[in-house]
Amino acid sequence: MATVTDPPKAEFRLSMLIYDTRYRSMTIQVVALIGFLLLVGFLISNTVQNLATSGKTVGFGFLTEPAGYDINQVLIEYNNQNSHLRAAFVGLLNTLLVAVLGCITATVIGVIIGVLRLSPNWLIARLTTVYVEMFRNVPVLLWIVFAMAILIETLPAPRAFRGDDPEATMKIFDTVAITNRGVYVPEPLFSRSLGDIHLFGTSSMNFDISLDLLLIIAVVVASIFGVRAIKRNADATQEKTGKRPTTWYLTLGTLVVPLLVVLVALGFHLGYPALQGFNFQGGTYLRNSLIALWLALSLYTAAFIAENVRAGILAISAGQTEAAGALGLRPNRIMRLVVLPQALRVIIPPLISQYLNLTKNSSLAIAVGYMDITGTLMGITLNQTGKELETLLLGMLIYLIISLSISALMNWYNNRVKLVER
Amino acid sequence: MKKSVFLGALTVAGLAATAGAAATLDDVKARGKLNCGVATGVPGFAAPNASGEWEGFDVAVCRGVAAAVLGDPTAVEFVPTTGKTRFTALASGEIDMLARNTTWTFSRDVDLKFTFVGVNYYDGQGFMVPKELGVSSAKELDGATVCIQTGTTTELNLADFFRVNNISYEPVPIETNAEAQQQYLAGACDVYTTDASGLAATRSTFENAADHVILPEIISKEPLGPLVRHGDDEWGDIVRWSLNAMIAAEEYGVTSANVGEMSAAAGDNPEVNRLLGTEGNLGEMLGLDAGWAKMVIESVGNYGEVFESNIGSATPIGLSRGLNAQWTEGGLLYAPPFR
Repeated sequence: MATVTDPPKAEFRLSMLIYDTRYRSMTIQVVALIGFLLLVGFLISNTVQNLATSGKTVGFGFLTEPAGYDINQVLIEYNNQNSHLRAAFVGLLNTLLVAVLGCITATVIGVIIGVLRLSPNWLIARLTTVYVEMFRNVPVLLWIVFAMAILIETLPAPRAFRGDDPEATMKIFDTVAITNRGVYVPEPLFSRSLGDIHLFGTSSMNFDISLDLLLIIAVVVASIFGVRAIKRNADATQEKTGKRPTTWYLTLGTLVVPLLVVLVALGFHLGYPALQGFNFQGGTYLRNSLIALWLALSLYTAAFIAENVRAGILAISAGQTEAAGALGLRPNRIMRLVVLPQALRVIIPPLISQYLNLTKNSSLAIAVGYMDITGTLMGITLNQTGKELETLLLGMLIYLIISLSISALMNWYNNRVKLVER
Repeated sequence: MKKSVFLGALTVAGLAATAGAAATLDDVKARGKLNCGVATGVPGFAAPNASGEWEGFDVAVCRGVAAAVLGDPTAVEFVPTTGKTRFTALASGEIDMLARNTTWTFSRDVDLKFTFVGVNYYDGQGFMVPKELGVSSAKELDGATVCIQTGTTTELNLADFFRVNNISYEPVPIETNAEAQQQYLAGACDVYTTDASGLAATRSTFENAADHVILPEIISKEPLGPLVRHGDDEWGDIVRWSLNAMIAAEEYGVTSANVGEMSAAAGDNPEVNRLLGTEGNLGEMLGLDAGWAKMVIESVGNYGEVFESNIGSATPIGLSRGLNAQWTEGGLLYAPPFR
């Protein structure tokens, strides 16, 4: 009878936590975790203790107090008797406005510059290189301040428009006034307006949505669906008979006629800016601060996006271009139909971080007096209430939410365009 | 700038435990330097001169305190602060005191936990406009674009003034005096509003100062004064009585020229004797040398001298004493007795 003897069980000794490779990594992690928790605990207890010493309380009650200050650019109804929370909301909308405008413009400029940088034309390729290197290598704050300084110093003040023989005149058939305070463009007005829908009642987040705008958007969307249906029909006819029916007048009609009908029904007309008192009145007022910030952020971020686009295009093997060329496609269509769709897969992930950068860089807005969330909640509100901890935490949370939302959206898009591997 | 607000807040939040009950006097003595918060540059009040030394009306208060505590008016580290950063800098212990034309208000005193030790300039908010606009009253400013320094009481006064008078305006928030000046001169705003003294100071630096008028309306009370943190009353007393020493010195005719002579031996006026340390032990009570007030007056001068040499009628800023005259001359300056 054979006895099977188990190898003697290795006894666990404490020193094995350090000397045995099976446990060592675990030990290091546990120690690091404890250290980290201690640090966090120290910071929190220190904060609480110091707040207590200086006699400050932590609370968000100040948010419902009247703000007491005015904000120049408001996208929703606001006056200085509204709460700090509403002021923060106004600032948040301003942040979102410049971020959205900036992201769109930066993408358009970036793609164009990125493609042009690979142009075989020596001059164009070099010029775009100069653009990229110039914008990429100077801090964005300087670009913002520089853009603002140019707008303020070179454009005429509103008072230059006054008098019988003014030094400055309005542009484009007297409809657009370009001043050193901003640009006034005609605004769309509706004489038979449908009114607004009021959302969120009397809470501090309430806002109005113009029914006219909703209607116009609905009509445009419906038109686009109509155009698609026409195209599908034409495709089907082409498949069947080999001949493509002429559809351009149908397409044009579907796009234009419903829109025109709605505009006429609403009594659409333009309100023109006119000099009145100290400033121009009427029209839509694009403030210098918005223009400077938007321009600087777009041009700066576009330089990075251009590099991403160039990298994406270079990642597509030259064989693709050659093959497309062999099929008889022209360079334009090769870029649009063959190279760019594939390059997008490389471009989008770094593009997400550029969008995030742009949004976060928009917090430099106060340099030109643009009242974004940093300027309202983490600027004036912080100062008037003295709630540094609360306002900054809230501000950080808001930026975090904005960034994560952008990230989620772009990741969803990335998943749609990325190569499906089987 | 933003960074410093953030860092300041973090510090408040707890990284440095300097705030609160720590004895500021000991810290200052150990450091050998007074950290004093001033404006980023308001001519006459606080601005570096051609050789880079800070000078001005508010700067003199810092130098006075440094002279009283350390015996050396130059032992000051000036920390330029904006309207936004100043309170965080003080609360976090980055500076020992703030002398930056700061308005004494209830909420700053009570809610922000600061102690205003006195008033060194009684001011009010005014408006400056270019003469060519032909405006003679602030009530004619309907629809005007107004440059304001953000993070100040002026912002709130302005909102109140325009609301009460039922007229509209377009605020342009600006971080520093220099930027405001640039925007105002370029015509990007019609009006510049801040404390009337600040307007006079700013106007004095213009090429054509005569082309700009300060409107008659003063829309607020702005008692400006130095402040310290809550929680260290001994330090607050030192700053308070350094300021009072300057004011009392003017009242009793003690100047930087005659203080040496007057402090050499006890004179006829017991109040002056106590002030200059030739009688009594006021210095000891403050935890300072007996000659602390003498040091203040010797190095920066009395209130009147400081006023005249920095912002008085003989300077480009050209402010008259007005409310800031001694109580004996019909002003509001009234130093409590040195007893």
